[in-house]
Amino acid sequence: MLKIQSLAFSYDDGGFHLQIPEFIMKPGERVAVIGPSGSGKTTLLNLISGITIPERGTIVIDEEEVNRLEDQARRRFRLRNIGFVFQDFELLDYLSVLDNILHPYRIGGVLKLDRSVRERASRLASRLGVADKLQRYPGRLSQGERQRVAICRALLPKRKLVLADEATGNLDPENKIRILDLLFESAGEQDAALLAVTHDHELLTRFDRVVDFRLFRGENSG
Amino acid sequence: MIDSLYIAWRYLLFNPARSLTLVACITLVAFLPLSLQLLLDEAERSLRSRSVDTPLLAGAKGSALDLVMNSLYFDDQLPTTVSMGLVERLEQDGLAIPVPLYVRFKTRGFPIVGTTLDYFDFRGLTIGQGRLPALLGECILGSEVATQLGLKAGDHLVSTPENLFDLAGIYPLRMKVVGVLKPSHSEDDRAVFSDLKTTWVIQGLGHGHQDLARTDDPSVILDKSDSNVTANAKLLQYTEINSSNLNAFHFHGSPKAYPLSAVIAYPEDKRSETILRGRYVDSDKYQILVPSEVIDGLLENIFRIKQVLDTVVLIVGLATLLALVLVFTLSIRLRQREMETIFKLGCSRLTMVRLLAAEIAIVVLVSVALGGLLAGATTRFSDVLIRTLIA
Repeated sequence: MLKIQSLAFSYDDGGFHLQIPEFIMKPGERVAVIGPSGSGKTTLLNLISGITIPERGTIVIDEEEVNRLEDQARRRFRLRNIGFVFQDFELLDYLSVLDNILHPYRIGGVLKLDRSVRERASRLASRLGVADKLQRYPGRLSQGERQRVAICRALLPKRKLVLADEATGNLDPENKIRILDLLFESAGEQDAALLAVTHDHELLTRFDRVVDFRLFRGENSG
Repeated sequence: MIDSLYIAWRYLLFNPARSLTLVACITLVAFLPLSLQLLLDEAERSLRSRSVDTPLLAGAKGSALDLVMNSLYFDDQLPTTVSMGLVERLEQDGLAIPVPLYVRFKTRGFPIVGTTLDYFDFRGLTIGQGRLPALLGECILGSEVATQLGLKAGDHLVSTPENLFDLAGIYPLRMKVVGVLKPSHSEDDRAVFSDLKTTWVIQGLGHGHQDLARTDDPSVILDKSDSNVTANAKLLQYTEINSSNLNAFHFHGSPKAYPLSAVIAYPEDKRSETILRGRYVDSDKYQILVPSEVIDGLLENIFRIKQVLDTVVLIVGLATLLALVLVFTLSIRLRQREMETIFKLGCSRLTMVRLLAAEIAIVVLVSVALGGLLAGATTRFSDVLIRTLIA
């Protein structure tokens, strides 16, 4: 599903180096990435999704070498294949819950919004317990509800890979477990691999595998 | 593009105060110059058509504009009056048909126009209901007066005293409505027409009262001689003219001296017009003018003012445009996080530009539609607006 080989990346100021000799994820696998702040966890997600380009090495997702794609093709690939769940949810306050979930279909011109997508959105919202709040604005939802809406948005296009950047970081302990279980369940139903950056060590046992990012820091990194 | 429009629409709905302010600004900037032009066009049309239909206007020396505005548009400003002697003089000249006007009094906010039956012929006014005034104390209504006051033939209308505290005792006259004119889409729709003598009665130049020679009440007589009877304030004055007291109404003094506000003169031909104007060029008392020339002068001044207004509107428009640019620039800053999010989801940064463009397009379209509606309403009611402004 995801195969990273001989990856090297550094920022222009030279204070940060990331080197990953090899990192592989199987379809449907649930991997947690841990490490201290500034160790490059978010940078890894940006590299995988094609937001950032590595200096060397290859990133292959579903047999597509992402880092070799042109900018537009990379963005199209991202919209079609990679779902993002953000720590701060990143929902748009002026759109209803339903419109937020359907947002990726309306902005990129890649995904086609039709009746089946709307029905799937309703089902997904129902599974995640926000079906009765589809017409509400995010400002009137609890933290847990907002995160569930964000998960709906990430999973609706049936992506093969879901990246979660501290997706449970803003939630209380009870909600953290609940949301993570929902994320696992929903991703599992689509056979999507889940790569989650987290600081919550109590949640790690729920993942198939845990990767400690300290292993990948370059020699010059601060 | 439809998706961008939808998202922009949702954004505008979520921020109603901001959206309404933007729409109001653009609508006003677009609508003001347009409506101004529409109103000026209508004013020009209305003023010109009425003035062109009035070949010559004779009146006392003084403000030509006051004379025209009072005689053609029944303006409140009464010009210096002339006497009925001018009508006789014009008749004797034999160069034009004189139509006297006395536009001084009002009834319930509408002007009372004292004139002769020729006025209705020359203005092409036709009767919609009833008949023309034939007796003293009768009047016929313009169509708008009848509609607004809810009056018809057979009803009554009381003249408004010029001075509320006129203790000297010019009583309001209760006039009988004998007809309603068909709409003429001119000032005549908003006027009440009566015989000249009726307006003189309103002024107090003619009056009716109980017959002192036959009265059974000696207490009303102050002094009596063989040739003269003087009554005191107890004398009953009639405030309505009807068949039973019509003969009691009479005028004192010479009819030649009775006042008029102006005389419309309809010359036989161009030559007669030229001769007639020539005869009054050096007159100390009278002037004869061509109303269309006076109105042209007025319009020239209005257009000069309009040019100044155009410049003001242009400056306001530019200031509004700058304010709009500022609003949208700040909007981009405020939506920086949204830009980051949609970029991470897979969109180019240009997507945000497209969303903003859609937002601007909606705001401009709604503003233009509103401006169009307002302009339509202005066109629809421009004649009423202009007449209200002129009157």
